[in-house]
Amino acid sequence: MAEPVPARALEPVRLYGRIARMWIRASLAYPVSFWTMTIGAFFTTALDFVGVWILFGTIDGLGGFGLQEVALLYGASGIGIGVADLLIGSVEQVGQHVRTGSLDVMLVRPVPLLVQVCADRFQLRRLGRIAQASAVLAYGFGAVDWSPARLLVAIGMVLTASVVFFCLFVTFASVQFWTADSSEFANAFTYGGNVLTQYPLTVFPGELVKMLTFVLPVAFVNWYPCLYLLGRDDPFGLPAWLQVAGPLPALLLCGVAALVWRAGVRHYESTGS
Amino acid sequence: MSIIEARDLERTFAVRRRAGRLRRERSTVHAVRDLSFSIEAGEMVGYIGPNGAGKSTTIKMLTGILVPTAGHLRVAGLDPSARRTELARRIGVVFGQRTTLWWDLPLRDSFELLQRIYRVPPATYRRNLDRYVELLALGDLLDTPVRQLSLGQRMRGDITAALLHDPDILYLDEPTIGLDVVSKGRLREFLRALNDERGTTLLLTTHDLQDIEALCSRVMVVDHGTLVFDGPLAGLRSGGGARRTLVVDLVDEAPPIDVPGASTDRVEGPRQWLSFPADASAAPVVAAVAAAYDVADLSLQEPAIEDVIRELYAGG
Repeated sequence: MAEPVPARALEPVRLYGRIARMWIRASLAYPVSFWTMTIGAFFTTALDFVGVWILFGTIDGLGGFGLQEVALLYGASGIGIGVADLLIGSVEQVGQHVRTGSLDVMLVRPVPLLVQVCADRFQLRRLGRIAQASAVLAYGFGAVDWSPARLLVAIGMVLTASVVFFCLFVTFASVQFWTADSSEFANAFTYGGNVLTQYPLTVFPGELVKMLTFVLPVAFVNWYPCLYLLGRDDPFGLPAWLQVAGPLPALLLCGVAALVWRAGVRHYESTGS
Repeated sequence: MSIIEARDLERTFAVRRRAGRLRRERSTVHAVRDLSFSIEAGEMVGYIGPNGAGKSTTIKMLTGILVPTAGHLRVAGLDPSARRTELARRIGVVFGQRTTLWWDLPLRDSFELLQRIYRVPPATYRRNLDRYVELLALGDLLDTPVRQLSLGQRMRGDITAALLHDPDILYLDEPTIGLDVVSKGRLREFLRALNDERGTTLLLTTHDLQDIEALCSRVMVVDHGTLVFDGPLAGLRSGGGARRTLVVDLVDEAPPIDVPGASTDRVEGPRQWLSFPADASAAPVVAAVAAAYDVADLSLQEPAIEDVIRELYAGG
């Protein structure tokens, strides 16, 4: 039975949607719990930015950036990790699936393993974080002198940020195929990367910034595109083309994530539980 | 052509062991070696062996979860580990100790999701669901979350889930573990009917010889990763020389019971242990004991699989 290629390529997405929708329905079975969790998530993260705002009550700039500009950085990174967390945050659970043996159950279903692991326990309440980050980003956009090119870069920035965090989640979760549980180790890179990019990188030493550019490329999540949006020269004297190069490291990371995930699954298949 | 074909199947695991303060030694353990068998479509085969004999490893290789270290394996014409997702549509798997259902969801939702995942045509889905829900008496439970189901109920749910897509092969790993006698009986009846009507090939692992007795015309016994027996159950019993035990509680203490066809192994107050060959009927022994003595209670103990296999080794 030859299926048209686009239909086959979309099949995993369709299945992801199915599984996710079922979890949403399951969580809506307890509406009070759902809404308190969602609103709770919104306020916890909202308070997070209030901290930055209070800081600006006593200082005028952070690493040479004003409050609205910091909001721009904060919002972009927050949306990125928020979207990644919403869509595939459950991949963190892979170690638990290995330990409890539920991975075996997933392996005998005709759905790609990554789709099943990511869609498992899909939590719509993670929208709370995205809502908060969007509000902060909207405020930050006030600092941008808009042009068509900048609009394009802004859209690209949000997409790149999501893809980069997406890949970091998958890559570091895959480590659990070998270690069974190292979600804290993974958090250091995913949520750690998010925390680092909430501030202008000018507050950090240049070596760290180079590392965040070429090794763990979270600087492309918001720092470089924001420099472009704000029309600034690179404070570390790095080339200007880096500011619009975001999609490139994002694609590279996709390759790395796919390889590491595959190697992890292969390792599991060859050791069992 | 056989639906399952295994030739010289081998699976090793690397085991790391502590040897000294920091040093670790690596050694290789054979979970399965030189395993060869073939199963025809429509067969019901019992796969038994002591714990750690290689049963689960074999099932995992047959389903594509584990990659064999060496050897040739075809299930429904496919190489399981290389074409795992394709094979998944042709097989159903029931793990006795863990559920394939979603813990927090009502049974109905789990089934609906599986319909989408396996892309079961709606008409087929309706027909299968109605049929299995009726046969397995799940009607009142469809809206109950899986976590609230009893073990027996959950097992019935799991079996329905494994059959919605009309698999050619059904693997059952300890399907009757923890079930009461009535549930066990119903489940066996259901599986026999499934095989009769749909011709589904069944491979089940179990510790309960009665499962095999009720269902399987053929038994494969695995020990230390290799097949030590492959044939009809009767052959296993008579060839092995295993014995069943009749525990008799007399009203009063008495000298060792003496009836034809059985020997008394142990006496402890009014309780006595009689043993007789496992392939003989218990009825004449029970009748003889009841006729000659004042019996308060009786119970029959089947030989444990481990004993049968031990006997098998001693006899072979």
